[in-house]
Amino acid sequence: MRVDYITGNTAIAEAAIVAGLKFYAGYPITPSSDIFEYLARELPKHGGHVIQFEDEIASINAVIGASWACAKAMTATSGPGFSLMLEAISLAVITETPLVIAYVMRTGPSTGVPTRAGQYDVLQATYGFHGGLVIPVLAASTPQEAYDLTVKAFNVSEMLRTPVVLLTDATIAHTYGKVIMRERGELEIIERIRPLTPPDKYKPYEPVKEHVPAMACFGDGYNVLVESLTHDERGYYAPRTDVQRKLMWRLYRKIVDSAPKLFDYSAIGLEGCDYAFISYGSTALSAQVAAKMLREKGYRVGTLKLRTLYPIYEDGIRKLVSSAKKVFVIENNVGLYYRELRAILRDKEVVSVPIIDLDLPQPQEIVEVVKQWL
Amino acid sequence: MAVAHPLDKYLRTDRIPTMWCPGCGLGIVMGTLLRAVDRRIKEGSLKRENVGFAGGIGCTARMTLYPLFDSAHVIHGRAIPFALAVKIVKPEMKMIVVGGDGDLAAIGGNHILHAIRRNADLLVVMVNNMIYGMTGGQVAPTTPRGLYTTTTPYGNPEREMNMIKLTAALGANYVARGSITHPQLLEQYLYKALGKRGLAFVEVISTCPELFGRHIGFRSPVDLYMEIRKRIVIKAKPSIEESDYSWEKGFVIGEFVDRDEPGFTDTIYEYLNKIRGGGVQ
Amino acid sequence: MGFEVGVRGLSQLRIAANKYFINIIPDRCKECGLCIAVCPTKVLGRGSERNLRGFRYVVALNPEKCIGCRNCEYNCPDFAIFIEVGAK
Repeated sequence: MRVDYITGNTAIAEAAIVAGLKFYAGYPITPSSDIFEYLARELPKHGGHVIQFEDEIASINAVIGASWACAKAMTATSGPGFSLMLEAISLAVITETPLVIAYVMRTGPSTGVPTRAGQYDVLQATYGFHGGLVIPVLAASTPQEAYDLTVKAFNVSEMLRTPVVLLTDATIAHTYGKVIMRERGELEIIERIRPLTPPDKYKPYEPVKEHVPAMACFGDGYNVLVESLTHDERGYYAPRTDVQRKLMWRLYRKIVDSAPKLFDYSAIGLEGCDYAFISYGSTALSAQVAAKMLREKGYRVGTLKLRTLYPIYEDGIRKLVSSAKKVFVIENNVGLYYRELRAILRDKEVVSVPIIDLDLPQPQEIVEVVKQWL
Repeated sequence: MAVAHPLDKYLRTDRIPTMWCPGCGLGIVMGTLLRAVDRRIKEGSLKRENVGFAGGIGCTARMTLYPLFDSAHVIHGRAIPFALAVKIVKPEMKMIVVGGDGDLAAIGGNHILHAIRRNADLLVVMVNNMIYGMTGGQVAPTTPRGLYTTTTPYGNPEREMNMIKLTAALGANYVARGSITHPQLLEQYLYKALGKRGLAFVEVISTCPELFGRHIGFRSPVDLYMEIRKRIVIKAKPSIEESDYSWEKGFVIGEFVDRDEPGFTDTIYEYLNKIRGGGVQ
Repeated sequence: MGFEVGVRGLSQLRIAANKYFINIIPDRCKECGLCIAVCPTKVLGRGSERNLRGFRYVVALNPEKCIGCRNCEYNCPDFAIFIEVGAK
């Protein structure tokens, strides 16, 4: 175990190495580039490869290729880059390829302000790719969380054979914080399930444990099929309703049924509260301060900082804010994750508190907005 | 007891016959490629479990569905980065990328440029049927100027692309153009390409009888095959300047470039060993 | 896609032709006509029987003219015809 004072971006890179990263393919994009640069210096010392590709599309496809050669692989990007990667994310979903994308959000849309923050892409991170499924999205608010959630992101990607997004923003990327860096032997590191049957009995897309198939890789002698077309359990193209139905629901359930297991949050003062703040990422830090300011004024305000944004554990969230009369969803965008929570907490009054700020919404401003509703 | 076709052992025979149209050159390319792979395996210079295929989208890329090897049918134009990464992580693999003229020269253009620039250790087989076949016969970067296609119904106004010049200029270790009308020669090129380090690029002039052929007046596979064969010009060791690609003047086939510059994988591992040995700061 | 895999159809033809056997797998043939066109000695022709998929598969009309050049084998896109060297 080491303790150091590092930025959010460095924390992600350090955690990836501990989690077993062996292949990084990327394209420079602010504010994520220093994850790439840090790994370019450090990862080769651990026997891993870091390659700069000609664009984000090549990068994400290379990450997928590396994963199919049984290497833990990742890339890091921001809004415009993630948009380019969407098609390949869809490929990773249908081929059930483990990989991690560190998504360091910038002010958007489009080029926006590359060096400043925002939470504009919270819906895109999970829903952006075509095909109508969901991928796990974990949101960090501090360098320590960036470290811990990166390890978790790799574990989830291996366990569920899925791409996983680790969401941060420009503020967290370059803010320094104390990070306790647990290492191998002190952490749980999960590896993908390998085939339990010999090649002639093996089916690449046959689930062996909780909707997840065992993964044979290139060069293992299994004649593996990575197939972007709808496929049956052999990986053969099968444009039939019964095959598609089975595949879709298995891919969907694989992620959604894990919601309780993946649920990660930090709750302060929610028990018996009258008002609940729900927030994530850097905004959650301000929300916690704003809640404290209101508690000092006598209001019973609790905060729920979500670290797992998708899959959404509805029962878990409902239970945590059960006593609240009003729920405030505080985020640095026009009110996006609010839409998810409004649907889940439909028996409560859910209020969107969308505060656009290039760094993070200020606690005083949150208090001023919320006060009108108390 | 019937004698099996000699290539059956390399095929997922439960998926034969293929989805390709009658007379499609792709079956000829696949057979020829598997024959070349077979020669390499039999002489011991390739291990079967180390051969991998990757293809994007299109009729050519469907070639990834049939061979009984590790195979990836990925997204349009992106087989090259996929294959490159597999090779870097597992350098013992021999990765073969198969793609059409659309998949590799249009949407995949950027990736092929940089793969060659890096001298990535890949065999890239570009099957050029001068059309977008899978989607119904739209114009491709290699469609000869003036011809009818469904998206250029008044004739293709664009110049066609000479991939030989491009790949040679970027520094590929091996550049050849073959044709499905000359499968014996094609096998020689593919056999040689399989033994190269760095990037080996083999363009194959091919037939799409159902769309390309039919749309320009060749009603049967044999008609189109003979028409293409007429326009093939065989040259022994032609220079890059002699790599004519023209419906009127002919398509030159032959081996244009045969070099042995160090491949990308070797360089990566050379650097890695230095770093781990403390040699590079 | 149309075809049902694994359905047994016509059995393989194995025709003696000088030093060779011409092997034809009728259910793989798509009636493209290439093998017939590229045979230098006009051994092959289109048959009148249809295979599992409705194609009139190739037959050896003049096997005695076969010189074992394998043009048919190399130009067949469907692994439907191949030459076997036989002792004679």
